[in-house]
Amino acid sequence: MRFIRSPLSREDAASLTLGSVVSLSGPIVTARDEAHMRALEHLREGKAVPECLYGSVLFHCGPIMARDGDGWKAIAAGPTTSARMNSMEPEMIRRFGIRAIIGKGGMSREVCAAMKECGCVYLAATGGAAVSIAESLPKVLGAEWEDLGMAEAVWKFEADRMGPLIVAIDANGDSLYERVSESLVRI
Amino acid sequence: MIKLPETVEQTVVNILRLANTKLPSDVGWALEAAAAWETDGRASAQLGAILDNVKKAELLGRPMCQDTGIPIFYVKGKIPPSIRQDIAAGVRRATAEIPLRPNTVDPLTRENSGDNLGEGMPIVHFIPTEDAYTEISVMVKGAGSENMTRLGMLNPSDGAAGIEKFVADSVLDAGGKPCPPGVIGVGIGGTAEECLLMAKAAAMSSSENPDPVLRKMEEDLFVRINGSGLGPMGLGGGATVLAVKIRKACCHTASLPVAVSVGCWATRRASARMTGDRVEYSQEADV
Ligand code: SF4
Repeated sequence: MRFIRSPLSREDAASLTLGSVVSLSGPIVTARDEAHMRALEHLREGKAVPECLYGSVLFHCGPIMARDGDGWKAIAAGPTTSARMNSMEPEMIRRFGIRAIIGKGGMSREVCAAMKECGCVYLAATGGAAVSIAESLPKVLGAEWEDLGMAEAVWKFEADRMGPLIVAIDANGDSLYERVSESLVRI
Repeated sequence: MIKLPETVEQTVVNILRLANTKLPSDVGWALEAAAAWETDGRASAQLGAILDNVKKAELLGRPMCQDTGIPIFYVKGKIPPSIRQDIAAGVRRATAEIPLRPNTVDPLTRENSGDNLGEGMPIVHFIPTEDAYTEISVMVKGAGSENMTRLGMLNPSDGAAGIEKFVADSVLDAGGKPCPPGVIGVGIGGTAEECLLMAKAAAMSSSENPDPVLRKMEEDLFVRINGSGLGPMGLGGGATVLAVKIRKACCHTASLPVAVSVGCWATRRASARMTGDRVEYSQEADV
């Protein structure tokens, strides 16, 4: 297992080999359907967008959060199905310079192409491993767009050895999911 | 002194907590077995992470998955008239107390009620019997797997081979999206809506299929799908399904409905049987 630290540079992303296992520490931000929609809408309309999205490690996740004193605490935070964001992700990657996406299930050819173009990787987290992942997000740095609701808000975390994460789409746009699906045995 | 039985509301909070924090033993064993057979390194790492997470969830009393889903209730036996409101009260309290993620939104405005209630919620199926008890069972179903549900109105000439192909393709086309390896529920026959209900009930049941023909089909599909190479999380490997469970009913002579309810590894369920003075909890269910 290789330990990596965000923010990631383009070179960091390019150095991650397809199929390898990594563990990530450093800042990450969550975004799913609604946050993607709003971010792109705000860009089009010239409205403000959270700074934290730029150059980020984007986590497809709608966590369960609980109040902890003045702040928040992650109770359960596994990845959500990334494919729902397929139509919006290429623009997100291009406009925000996203360096890594953490999710489950993989993403479309168009997203892989944008990853290749901009130097971004896709890291597969274990779907449903929500408590283990929440434990690797000990610090909540804040939240944006809380009006979207707990699952859809943009949560900012400081990750501490989050993993195992599998490099499932590399910065060349090669996808482990495609390899698996091409070699599936269908009787 | 006679101890008053728990209210329906409290019982519903309890079964939601049990279902969300503790994996039923048959599902847990199937995962352990899959981990023991798995030969692919990446797949073993995924299964290890799942088992580790299951243990942590139980220990900390937290939901094992952040998608605490939509709870689907079945009420069997004696049906008290206020049961729907009582279940709703239990869902509201469980959402705040456990806590569960508020998942319920209006389908068009996408407005979130915040308490997992709203129009048409909670979903409750009734099975009235002559029994003196009331049994409430719940299955918690996340969207990642629910979104992969398929209904096929096949041609009668497609036969058993066509059914098996439809089921296998449904699982393989879903890829890693529904967090494999999961429990796959299949309905064969009935009408369109009955077929889907059978698939859901089959996915929930913890008992062995009494029909030897269906049992054979379940075993064949289990071997066939696990030989596909899809693997845990669709990243390659041997463990793609934990079990295949099938139910059937008669159908129109010109129809062959097949429904596939794709489940994830987090197959979560619990039930409570309430009699006059006591409540018995279990994680087995047969509806
Ligand atoms: S598919 Fe199941 S395990 Fe995966 S995120 Fe959804 S509810 Fe959790």
